[in-house]
Amino acid sequence: MVKEQGVKSLDLTMAFFRAGMLGFGGGPAVIPILQRDVVERYGWMTDEDYGDTIALANTMPGPIATKLAGYIGYRVAGLRGCLIALAASVIPTVILMILLLGILQNYKDVPWVANMSNAVVPVVAVMLGVLTWNFVQQSEKALGWSRAILLIVVSIVLLEVLGLHPAFLIAALILLVLVPFIKRTVSRK
Amino acid sequence: MIYWQIFLAFFIPGIIGYGGGPASIPLVEKEVVDRYGWMDTQEFSEVLALGNSLPGPIATKMAGYIGYAEGGALGAIVGLFGAVAPSLILMIALMAVLFKYKDSREVKNISKVVKPVIAVLIGVMTLDFILTSEAALGGIQTAVLIVVSYLMLEKWKLHPALVIGLALLYGALTGIS
Repeated sequence: MVKEQGVKSLDLTMAFFRAGMLGFGGGPAVIPILQRDVVERYGWMTDEDYGDTIALANTMPGPIATKLAGYIGYRVAGLRGCLIALAASVIPTVILMILLLGILQNYKDVPWVANMSNAVVPVVAVMLGVLTWNFVQQSEKALGWSRAILLIVVSIVLLEVLGLHPAFLIAALILLVLVPFIKRTVSRK
Repeated sequence: MIYWQIFLAFFIPGIIGYGGGPASIPLVEKEVVDRYGWMDTQEFSEVLALGNSLPGPIATKMAGYIGYAEGGALGAIVGLFGAVAPSLILMIALMAVLFKYKDSREVKNISKVVKPVIAVLIGVMTLDFILTSEAALGGIQTAVLIVVSYLMLEKWKLHPALVIGLALLYGALTGIS
């Protein structure tokens, strides 16, 4: 592992603030913007290092933007860097959310304001529909159509017909993948 | 008690949601709308609509806002901590091990097998939103809004914030009676 580089707090703040404020479409949109700062502008990591970090971050659950911020911050400036990078990428947009939704809540009883929130539901449905198709395509690319469709059908039955909590299904799938791996690794030792 | 619930509501999606923040949207909805009943589908869609019109990671915008709505400033911090800390700690702790096995087929397969499950969860949520909209606006208006916003977002590639803004304007104008 690379050792701490004594990177300036201000540089860290700016790099992750910029990535957070310019990336539309959630954390994954942040990846290329962050690359420009982390690799090209400040040279904290090589391109290859950054690519490996993204690949490994993707094998882990949870939001990608904060995994990157926390990990890169930690790598270049220890715990201080981790906290600064996280705060810079997360706090500005959270504050905006609280302020803007707060205003909306205050005028909820005015009929035309209430209708504004009605009109937004179908637009969000479209965004989610596109995201669904995105994940279907990713599944196909990763597993091929037959296995992807099989897993989709099994998921529908377990989650929607039988009402299983998704956490159990996902945990079971991870175990299914990992057990042969652990067995092989242990027996090799 | 409420803080523990806020923590759990974002910890569970954070620890099983493979595919970044957007993958955790339906998992958060399951906790926030179905389990704890803090919001209905309509209110949750407002959070998503605004979240999608603002930049930055979506998971933390949801966690920070919903945490704040249910438990004030401390609630926001707890929600953010639940969403961010577990997977980050896991990543920092396991980085050395993972790096050794980064080309292993199984390690790569973990996130692959989970994708279809996420697809189903988001798909069901999409359906939920369509039904909610149909109940509020009726079938015809819902269909028109879906077709027009799909064209704007996917065909004409308008910025999501602009499309949400236009929808809000449309809602305001048609809401004046």
